[in-house]
This record gives sequence, C-alpha cells and structure tokens, in this order.
Amino acid sequence: MKADTTLNASAAREYLTIVVDDQKFGIPVLQIQDVLREQKVTRIPLASPEVAGSLNLRGRIVTAIDVRRRLGVQPRKGARNMSVVVEYNQELYSLIIDRVGDVLKLDEGQVEKNPGTLEAKWRDISNGVCQLEDELLVIMDVPRLLDSIVAHSK
Amino acid sequence: MDDLIVEFLTETNESLDELDLDIVNLEQNPNDKALLGKIFRLMHTIKGTCGFLGLPRLEKTAHHAENVLGRFRDGDLDVTPEYVTLILESIDRIKYIVGQLGETGSEPEGDDADLIARLDAAYEGKSTGNAVDSSRESSAPPAQAEPKKAQETEKSDRPPGEVSLEELEAAFMAAPGPEGFAPAPAPAPVKAAAQKGNGKAPDSPSEDSPAPEQDGKLATQTLRVNVDVLENLMTMVSELVLTRNQLLQILRTNAESEFTTPLQRLNHVVSDLQEGVMKTRMQPIGNAWQKLPRIIRDLSMELGKKINLEMRGKDTELDRQVLEMIKDPLTHMVRNSGDHGIEKPADRVAAGKPETGRILLEAFHEGGHIIIKISDDGKGLPLDKIKTKILSNKLATAEELESMTAQQIQQFIFKAGFSTAEKVTSVSGRGVGMDVVRTNIEKIGGSVELNSIEGKGSTFTIKIPLTLAIVSALIVESGGERFAIPQLSVRELVMISSQGDNRIEYVHNAPVFRLRERLLPLISLSDILGLSKNEFTLKDGQETSRLEGVEDGDQADQPFTSDEKKGQKSLIRRGYIVVTQVGSLEFGIIVDKVFDTEEIVVKPVSKMLQGLSLFSGNTILGDGSVIMILDPNGIAETTGSLSAAEGEQQAGSEHGIMADSNKKTSLLLFRAADRSPKAVPLALVARLENVQLNRIEHSSGQMMVQYRNTLMPLVPYDSSMEIGSEGEKPVLVFAEKNRSLGLVVDEIVDITEQHIDIQISASKPGVLGSAIINGKATDVIDLAHFLGKIDKNWFKDHGDEDFISTVDAETSKSRKRSVLLVDDSPFFRNMLTPLLSVAGYDVTTLDSPIQALKLCEDGVHFDVIISDIEMPEMDGFEFAKRVREDSHWQNIPMVALSSHATPQDVDRGRKVGFNDYVAKFDKDMLLNSLSETVANARLEQKASKAGPS
Repeated sequence: MKADTTLNASAAREYLTIVVDDQKFGIPVLQIQDVLREQKVTRIPLASPEVAGSLNLRGRIVTAIDVRRRLGVQPRKGARNMSVVVEYNQELYSLIIDRVGDVLKLDEGQVEKNPGTLEAKWRDISNGVCQLEDELLVIMDVPRLLDSIVAHSK
Repeated sequence: MDDLIVEFLTETNESLDELDLDIVNLEQNPNDKALLGKIFRLMHTIKGTCGFLGLPRLEKTAHHAENVLGRFRDGDLDVTPEYVTLILESIDRIKYIVGQLGETGSEPEGDDADLIARLDAAYEGKSTGNAVDSSRESSAPPAQAEPKKAQETEKSDRPPGEVSLEELEAAFMAAPGPEGFAPAPAPAPVKAAAQKGNGKAPDSPSEDSPAPEQDGKLATQTLRVNVDVLENLMTMVSELVLTRNQLLQILRTNAESEFTTPLQRLNHVVSDLQEGVMKTRMQPIGNAWQKLPRIIRDLSMELGKKINLEMRGKDTELDRQVLEMIKDPLTHMVRNSGDHGIEKPADRVAAGKPETGRILLEAFHEGGHIIIKISDDGKGLPLDKIKTKILSNKLATAEELESMTAQQIQQFIFKAGFSTAEKVTSVSGRGVGMDVVRTNIEKIGGSVELNSIEGKGSTFTIKIPLTLAIVSALIVESGGERFAIPQLSVRELVMISSQGDNRIEYVHNAPVFRLRERLLPLISLSDILGLSKNEFTLKDGQETSRLEGVEDGDQADQPFTSDEKKGQKSLIRRGYIVVTQVGSLEFGIIVDKVFDTEEIVVKPVSKMLQGLSLFSGNTILGDGSVIMILDPNGIAETTGSLSAAEGEQQAGSEHGIMADSNKKTSLLLFRAADRSPKAVPLALVARLENVQLNRIEHSSGQMMVQYRNTLMPLVPYDSSMEIGSEGEKPVLVFAEKNRSLGLVVDEIVDITEQHIDIQISASKPGVLGSAIINGKATDVIDLAHFLGKIDKNWFKDHGDEDFISTVDAETSKSRKRSVLLVDDSPFFRNMLTPLLSVAGYDVTTLDSPIQALKLCEDGVHFDVIISDIEMPEMDGFEFAKRVREDSHWQNIPMVALSSHATPQDVDRGRKVGFNDYVAKFDKDMLLNSLSETVANARLEQKASKAGPS
C-alpha cells in the first residue's frame, strides 16, 4: 500500500497525524517504521534532557525522544503515552508523543510557510503548516528534530 | 603441509574450475579476445606461483600450455577443437598434480614429456596427432613414465603393489630427464598398472587415489566464505543468544512450564550454534606467525646473529578480528627481540651463553583470554641506556629516575619516540615501535607487560580477549538503574559494611577505602552519572540507608564535626565497591547492587549519544531491557575526584611514572586535634619552637606570644583544641618577610622526604588534600587558611608596611592582581597557590603551557604570569616565546620559576621574554619579583600611554 502511494501521488503525500499537547502534527507516513504503546525505557544518564532513554524494539536498540520536552511543553501526568518509531541515518528513534491520529493525504500546495511568530523551538522542527477543516496541522521535520538534539548533547 | 601450498591449492582449484569452463566457451567463440586473455592470465598465474613454490612438474606443464595459449592470443594459431582438447588435457594434468599435491604435500612422481611434446608441437602449429587419444587420456590419471623405469619396477621381487617410494624415486633419479625422450603419445600402461598397485600400498600414499577424488576432498575441507557473510551470521547468532537468554529468564519465573524441555533443548542448540559460529571466526594464531621465521632468518643474516625461533601453541585459536589487530604488533616485537635482544654470537659466548640465541613465542588460553609470550635469552633491556635516553628526551629527571624501580624504568620503552638501539637498522630502532604496539593491543582491550633482567633476557606478556563480539560484563545497579561494566577491567568486588574493615572512610568528603594497605580512591557511580539519590532511591525504598548514615554516623572515626557531615554528604554504608583498573590507575566504583555477570553483545550507542564518554556502548540483557555499558576509561577521565596528581600521571604515562609525582619534598609531619597525621612542606616552616603555655598572652581575641622581641600571633590547628596554661606545646613558626605566625599543634612527629602525591583533594578549610606518607593517609595542610585566620589589622597595627602595600593596595582597588601559575607539578601548584593568595593575588593555576595558550586565545587577561621551566609537552622557554611572539599577552610580565636557576638559564629566560627568573623554593624572592615586575609593567604601561599623548 505504501508503495502505491509513492508511485501514484507525486504531489500528494500521506501523513500520519500525531498529537502533542493538543497540537496536531503530521509526519510523512514513509518515515514511520512503527507505532508503539508506552514502553519500558532505560534512562540514559547525562544525555540531553530530550533523550528519554533507550528501548528494545524486537532486538534493536531504539533511542527514545521526549517530544514534549523538545517542544518545551510541560510533561503530562498520569496519561499513557504512545510513540512512533522513525529511522534516521540507519538508526531507530522512538518519538514519545501523546497519541496517534489518522492518516491524511495532503497536496504539497496545501502546506503553507511557518507563521513568523512561531516560537523558535517550534519553528526549527516545522516544515510548514496546513489548514485542516477545524484545526491546523504542523508538518514535523523529523530529521531536523533529531539533528537538533544530536547537536545539543555535544 | 606448508600453509602457502594450502593457499595455493585453494586458489588454483578455483582457477582451474574457471579455466575448464572458459576453454569450453573459447571453443565455441574462438575469436573472443577477452576470454583468451583471461585464460592466458589464469594459466600464467598458475605457472608463476608454481615456479615460486618450487613445483617443477606443474610449472613445466603450465608453461608449455601457456605458450600455446599465447599463440592463440596473438592470433598465430587458430582455436581448433584439437588444440582445445590439448589444452583441456593440460588442465586435467595440472588438476591431477594439484590433487596429489593436496594429498601428500608434494608433486607426484611422473613425467609429462609426452604432453609437453604435443603442446610444443601445437605451439609450432603442427597437429598434435592424437586428439582422440588425448581426450581419452585426460579422463584417466596421467601416468607417463619411460618404459625402462616401469620395467625396473616390475623386475623387483615384490608384487607390483609393493613398490616402495624409495625405489620409485631412485628409478626416477636414474632415468634421464624428459627432454631426452621422444614424444611418447600413449600412456605407458605398465606405469599405470604400477600406479594402481601403489594405490594399495599403505606406505606410499602419494598415489593412492585418483585425481578427481582429490579435488573433491580438498573442496570439502576448505570453503572460502566472504567475511561479511560470517560477520552477518555472527550478528544473527548474537541476537539469537540474546533471545535465548530472554526465554530462559522467563522460564526461571515459571518453573513448571510445558516449555521447559523444548527450551532447554533450544538452549543447548543455541549454545552449540554460538560456539560453531564463533569457530568460523577463529583462526589459529599460527597464521599471524607465518612470516616470523623468515623475518628472523633475514634478520640473523643481516646482523650476523644466530637466532633460533621457537613457536609453541601455534594452534591456539582466536578471533579473526583480534588476530588481525595483533599481527603487526607481534611481528614488531619478535623483530625487536631479534634485533635488540639477542646479542652477536661472540658477545653471547663471552657472556657464557650458547652461541645461538633463542626467541620463544608462546600462545595459550588462560581464563577467557589468550596469553602470548615473547621471550628471549638476550641481553635484556639496558637500564643505563634507557636512563640516558630518558634524560636526553627529558622524560624524567635524574632524581626521579633514582627513585624508580628497574621495572618502572623499563616501562619507558612503551613511550613514543623511544628507542635504545644505538644504530638504526633496517628493521628496528626508529623509536616508533613499542608505543604503537601498546596502543594497538590496548585498543582491543588487551594489555602488555614487560619483564626484563639485564643480561638474562626479556619477556613480553600480551593478554588479549578471545573475541571482541561478545564480552563478559558485570551487571550492577546504581541509583535504581542497571549498568554493565566490562569484566576485563574489574579486578575484584568488595562488599561495603558500616563497621569494621570493609567500611568506607572519608577524607573530608572524598570517600576512600583501605584495600590491603593501599588507599583506594572511590567514585560513586550515582554521583558521576548524576543519578541523584533523592530522585532515584526513593522509589526503591533505599533512602533509609541514606538517612541512617546521617543519623548514626560514628563520630569517633571521623575527624570532622557532625555539622560538616550532615551538611555535605551522606555516608555510604551499604553497597559494593567494584575495584576497577584502567592502565595503572586503580579506583573503586561504588554501586548499590551487584548482579550476575552476563555475556553481552556490545552494540554501539546511537549517534545522538556518542558524546557521552562514560559509556562504551549498550546492549540488550536477557530480560529484554536495554542497558548501558560503562567505559572505565571514560570514568577515569571524566571524574575530577581522582586526584589531580593521579590524573596527570595517567595522562602523561599510563604506567604511573610521570615526572612530577616523583619530585621529592621534605615534609614535616605533626599531629593536632586528632590522631591522624598532618603534613606541611618543610620549606614553608621557618622554625620549630616549644612555647611555654603560661607565656601565651591574649590581645583582642588573638593568642600571641613574645617571640624574638616581637609579638607572634598563635593559631591553634583546630579551634576545638584544648590549650591549657601549664607545660608547653610545639609550635610551627611560619615566617613571611619579617612577620611570623605560630601554628599550635599537639606533637611534632617526624621530618620525611617523600614524593608527595595528593590523592584526594579536600575542600575542608585548612587541608589541601590527602596523601599516603610513610604508609598512612595524611592530610597536607593549607597554610593560607591559617595565615588568613590572622586579622589583617594585626599586621597593620604592628606596622608591616610591605604587607599592607600588597594587600591593601589591592583591596582598595577592589580587584586583586591576577596571577596565572603554570606548573606541571600539582605539588608546586598547591604550595604556591596559598602563598600567592595570601600575598593578595588572585591565582589561576594550569598544568601545561598549552592550556595556558588556549586561555590566551580565549581572551582571558592576567596581571602577571608565573611559569615553570621544566614541563613536558612544552617547556617554559617555548611558552614565553609563544606568548611574546604574538598574542594579546605579549605585554604581560612573566616570571620564570625553576629548580635550577643557573646564570645561563636566567640569561636564556630573559632572552625569550621572561621579566625575571626565580628559584623555585625562594618564596621571598618570588613575591618580591612579582610585585616588582607588576609594578614595573604598570609604570611602563603608563609611560607608553603617556608617551604618545
């Protein structure tokens, strides 16, 4: 099915919607490897605060990223998190988010530039904003999100 | 069999198979130049290798076949089926010989004259005349011999099958060479029969089976597999092992499970599989030794020595990867033994040794490691030469050398740029060797030790892990998190108890442990990892241990007041000490719990985490959880709690023979307040006096005594010290210019000359740190603290102009003069810092000029720079030159500080830009010089500012 969409829709891309702090984000479906429920995470001392730890995903070690922290939002209490696993530079990262929504098909043209007033922390990881019927969808730039953390921890 | 031949066989068999196919193709496409070229090259390679290995039969056949192929290639000869058959026949012959070679290790007896003749005929463009015949031949083992020989065989008394190899050989020797024969187109049947007979003879295995079978056997014996395939397999097996471990873990919790039996079976199978796959990566160490006999032979020829290289334990197997890594170091070390170790025959005889020197190379397994020993009975390491070299390379001073053991001195050969060979030979002596050897070995988690007795010989012992892929690790817990520590660096485990021998003691805040008379510095894992107890232990219910520690800490054992204890740090009363060794540095890591050791597969950490030097990787444990693997090297480097002195030792030389820690210092040992000994550098003490207590007077809250017609303030070592009014007390008199201060102590113990090595630096006021002095942990006191206790007004009232000018002038400007002190010796830094700060300077200390230059680049400013002269990496002269050359420091006054202040030195110092040159122990001079140079510099600056305006 994935192959289908890439072949047919050159202008349209499919995005998985995720929610962090009541804000909807879109991540290109093709970047996503897995969607996980809350997992047992091993803390990594001394790592950047955004690094929640590492976990075992079917024998591969995955670095878990606390997206809330990266966006500078207060941590949630009590609620169960979910995460989406992405591959970047041959390594797996699990982005801990609040919940996962549905898959949307968006045309390139629907995505608008970031509003200039967007907070720097958000602007860094946003590839643009898309107007949905009743809300706005921020296109998440996953490589940049991860890169910014790599840089931070050094 | 010679390994080279084995390799040749494997390769040739491959080439031959290819050739078969190619030639058949050629027959179909006779004009395919590329194909022809390829066939020609293959044949040529076989010919070349045979010639090299000394296989004349093969070489000849291949040579003549190559000639014919050459004509094909040049287009002089058409590729006809007849010729192709002939070539195929040659290939079959080669195959047959190769087959025999594989079986016996030598070429079979026989003669290829007929084939060669036909090849030559073909070369000349003639018909080979027996195409049909030869094709028949090619299927049978070729066995051509001249009739005479065959007859001889028959004539012997034995039945045909019992012809001995010797007889055959003799017969061949007697026979004229092949060139003397007319082409013999058909195989001699007699010989064929003889050969068949021979096949049954047990004592002549050389021809006991036909050629095709030989090929088959060889093919099953070795199979060349791409290394990547093996690596991949290894990874998969590692994963399987991990999964197996997980299953076993689950099984342990459900004892009565129907899975028990199949799981146990799986367990065994996986273990076998792991072992099997590990074996595929294993290679005998002999592979790394192959070239050594040749190297030693060449070496002995070149140097005119007689050397016998003995190798034991060739078959000891170790991981391919490890083998690759040690190949070069080993070669280098054996070479060294031959070159430096073994003497010339005449010298050996003179020394009463056999003329022929002996190098023994041994390899064996020992507890999960491979031990490789290289020993020689040569002259051993020449201590004197090493010493000379150390001195000329300025790696240590003469006094330092004196205090070193022979073994310590020997370790210097592992330093870069060190070679004691007088002559640089073509093989060794360039001084790039042993440090590289050590680096390479340490890279794979191994270690190398050296033992040498001058005149008797040297032994190098290399210890390396069996494999790099799977390591054994100790699983520990700290702050509620689990970590793995590679077993290789773990020396032992000690359980902490709150009482008795196994308790942790504190020198101020620094935890230490007495491990068999030695003071082991301790590092709390939770501290260095920032796993604060509050955050983590609460959930484990472990906070209780911490609270207990605060509440009922036994004061009697601790020299400090309970206030300090409560205020600063909890005592560790439980847990374990993992005694860890990194190079020569030994320290203890305090952890909360110790679990099993587990075999783990080290996986690199994510790129995002590679900046964390405390971890060397991560892995998945048997229970499926991810765990971080600690890097003991990283811990040793990162933590500042390992003393400055030891840290520097480590950086300078992992064998702990760095210069500065060996500088001898006279120390005065005394006791005060508690039983533990205290020390102060004798250089700081002006006199020792016994003061009559009834003569002590009090003035504005200050104890003082009349001393040499002035009043000398007295400070008790500890404010809690009972100073009665009867009898007398020893007082250490410290003199600064013409003012003095008395420190009241309980007892003067001793004066000792020691290398002091402040192991634990303390932040307790009045103590610089602790060192082992005369076998006891001793506090080295910080004089500045006591000088500071004296009210400055007291000095003022008593009219010490100098002091006021330095102190008050600065305080009035509300800025102290800043001094940068560059000295590689932590002791001098520690001694001068209080001295300078008491004199009113704001002191910054650095241990190397390189760091200082960095500060300079960073734009930090100082009023004056004091620099040592003798320093590793960059000496003071060079430092001054750089500062003066071009930097924004070029106008900052610089004072050189050196233990030798000869006029030449002073001269040189001034030339490179030092404003003054002071001997290290002359503190008055130093202070004078400082205030003068600073003042002069200011005047100059003012003058230069005033000048242009």
